[in-house]
Amino acid sequence: MSDAPSYERTAPRAGLAARLRVRRGNFELDLPLDVAPGEVVALVGPNGAGKTTALHALAGLLPLTDGRIELDGRVLDDPARRILVPPERRPLGVVFQDYLLFPHLSARDNVAFGLRTRGVPRTEARRRAETWLERVGVGDLAGLRPSSLSGGQAQRVALARALAPGPRLLLLDEPMAALDAATRLTVRADLAHHLQDYDGAAVLVTHDPLDAMSLADRIVVLEDGRVVQEGAPVDVARAPRTEYVARLVGLNLLRGEGRGGVVELDEGGVVHLAEPAQGPVLVAFPPSAVVLHRHRPEGSARNTWHGRVTALEQHAHTVRAQVAIDDGPSVLADVTAAAVAELGLGLGVPVWVSFKATETHAYPA
Amino acid sequence: MPASTSPDAPAARGRRRSRTGAVPAVLLVPALVGLGLLVLPLAGLLVRTPWGELGTHLTAPAVLDALRLSLVTATVATVLSLVLGVPLAWVLARADLPGTGILRALVTVPLVLPPVVGGVALLLLLGRRGLLGEHLDAWFGVTVPFTTAAVVLAQTFVAMPFLVIAVEGALRGADRRYEDAAATLGAGRWTTFRRVTLPLVAPGVSAGAVLCFARALGEFGATITFAGSFPGVTRTMPIAVYLALETDPESAIVLSLLLLVVSVGVLAALRGRWVSGVGA
Repeated sequence: MSDAPSYERTAPRAGLAARLRVRRGNFELDLPLDVAPGEVVALVGPNGAGKTTALHALAGLLPLTDGRIELDGRVLDDPARRILVPPERRPLGVVFQDYLLFPHLSARDNVAFGLRTRGVPRTEARRRAETWLERVGVGDLAGLRPSSLSGGQAQRVALARALAPGPRLLLLDEPMAALDAATRLTVRADLAHHLQDYDGAAVLVTHDPLDAMSLADRIVVLEDGRVVQEGAPVDVARAPRTEYVARLVGLNLLRGEGRGGVVELDEGGVVHLAEPAQGPVLVAFPPSAVVLHRHRPEGSARNTWHGRVTALEQHAHTVRAQVAIDDGPSVLADVTAAAVAELGLGLGVPVWVSFKATETHAYPA
Repeated sequence: MPASTSPDAPAARGRRRSRTGAVPAVLLVPALVGLGLLVLPLAGLLVRTPWGELGTHLTAPAVLDALRLSLVTATVATVLSLVLGVPLAWVLARADLPGTGILRALVTVPLVLPPVVGGVALLLLLGRRGLLGEHLDAWFGVTVPFTTAAVVLAQTFVAMPFLVIAVEGALRGADRRYEDAAATLGAGRWTTFRRVTLPLVAPGVSAGAVLCFARALGEFGATITFAGSFPGVTRTMPIAVYLALETDPESAIVLSLLLLVVSVGVLAALRGRWVSGVGA
C-alpha cells in the first residue's frame, strides 16, 4: 500500500496534519486539525457544526473542496493537486455512531473483515480477530451475529474491528451515543484504556462533555464550521469562550468590558470581580454559586440582581433555574427541590439573584 | 347478529359491528363471487383429475419431456436473469446516470406487455430476417428462433423484470452506510458489493429469483411465438397443456395439476423464509 503512486512523501511528519475545508450549499467547514501519534482529540460542537462532515472528510467518504489531509507524511486529499486517496486505501479505522456491524457476519468475521481485505489469509485473520475480541473483553461472543449483541458488546466489537488492521488514524463518531447511562460508564472507562494503548492519532466526535473530558487529550470546539475554542480539557472546562461551551461544561458565561474591579456587561448591568480586569473580558461562574431569594438579600455577596424565572429543569439532584435579569443577561442557578417549593419558584416569578465576587473567574475575551 | 343484541346506543352497536367484522351484503356478494371465480376453477381441476391413472400420465414420455424442458429452461432463464438482472438493478438503484427514470420504465415494459407482443418483438430482432438475427445467420450460421435457446430468451424477456424490480427495491432499502463501513475497512467496490451489499439484499434477490422462476415456468405467449412448439425442444409444459387439451384432455389436466403444485410451492417459498429471513 505504501508504494501506491498517489501517496506522496513530503517532509515526513508523524500523525495527522490537516486543513479541512468543505463547502456544501451555505455551509462551510474550515478546520485546521493536527493530531500527534498517541494523541486523542475530541471534536465537540452542537448539531450541524460540521463534526460529522470533518470525520467523513478524514475517512475519505467526502472529498475536500479545499485544503489538505496528510497522515504520517502521506497526502490523502489535496484538491489543488488533484490527489484523493479513496477510503479503502487510507490506513484508518472508524467506529461509527451505531457501529454498523455487518448483520450477516459473526462478531469474529466482522473483525476479520478489515484483515481479509488487506490480504491476510482466512484462518490467520480469524485467529487475529479472536485475539482482538479477547482484548476488548468479548472473546466469548466471537460466534454471535450483531443482532444478538447488547449495545455495549456491539461497541466493543466495533472498536476491535476498527483497530484490528492496525490503522494509523482512528476515528470515533459518537461512540457512546447509542448506550444507556449505566453501560456508558464501564464502556467509557474501557475505551479510555484502549485509547491510551493506541499509538496512532485518534479523533473523537462527541457532543457529550463527559466523553470529551475523560477520553481526550485535547478538545477542539466547532461551531458553525469554525473552531471557537481549543485546548486541554481542564482549560476548556475552566474558561469557556462561547455560550455553547459554557453550557457544555456547566458554567454561566458573561461578556463585557473590564473597568478595574467591575465588568460592564454587553447585555447590561455590572459584575463585581474579586480581582481587577481591563478591556474585553469573559466572566464565568458556576450555577451552584448562584443563590435565589424572594426578597432583596442583605449579605456579603457583591453581585445582586433582580429578574424573573424563565425556565426550570430537573437535573439529577437539583433543579436548574434560568433567570432573565432585568435589562441584563440570563443566569443559571442550581437550587434544591425544597428551595423551589419554599421560594414558590415558577415560570415568570420575580426573584433576586446573588453570587459572590470570589466565585467568578474573569479572563480576556 | 347485531339486530338480536340489546337496544344499545347507535355508537355502541357500530363498535360491536366493526368488532365482529360483519360485512354488508353489497360487499359480501361480489366478494364471494370473486372468491369463487378464483378458487372454483382450481377445485374443478382437482375434481376432474384422474387420480387413479396419475402415475401413468405423469410418466408418459411426452409429459416427461415437457416437464424436463420446462424445468431446465426456467432454471437457465432464472440464472441468466440473476447474472444480468442483479447488475442491472444495481445500475438502476445506484448509478448516478442521467435518464435512469427512462431506463427503469423500459425495464418494466415487459411486465405489462402482452407476452405475444414480446415474442413478435424477439422474432423481429433475432429472427432469420431480424435486425440482429440476419447477421448472426450470415456470419456465424446461428439461428435462434425455434430452438431451446429461444425458449430461454423468451422466458428471460418476460421474467427478468420481476427480479430487477425486486432487487432494485432491496438495494434502495439497504443502508448504504454499511458500504461506507466496508470501504473504511479496506474493501474496494467489488469486494464491498460481493461481501456486504449482496448479502444485505439477499432476501430481495431470493424473492426476485422465485418470482422470476415462476413467471418463466408459466411462460406461454412469447415462447410459442418466438420458439414454436417442437416436442422435446421448445414444447414447454404450458404449451403441452394447451395442445393436449385438444387430443388428450386427461393428460392436460395432469400437466395442469403439476404446474399448480409447482406454483403453490413457489407461493409457499415466497411466504416463508425466502422473503423474511435469509439475510438476518
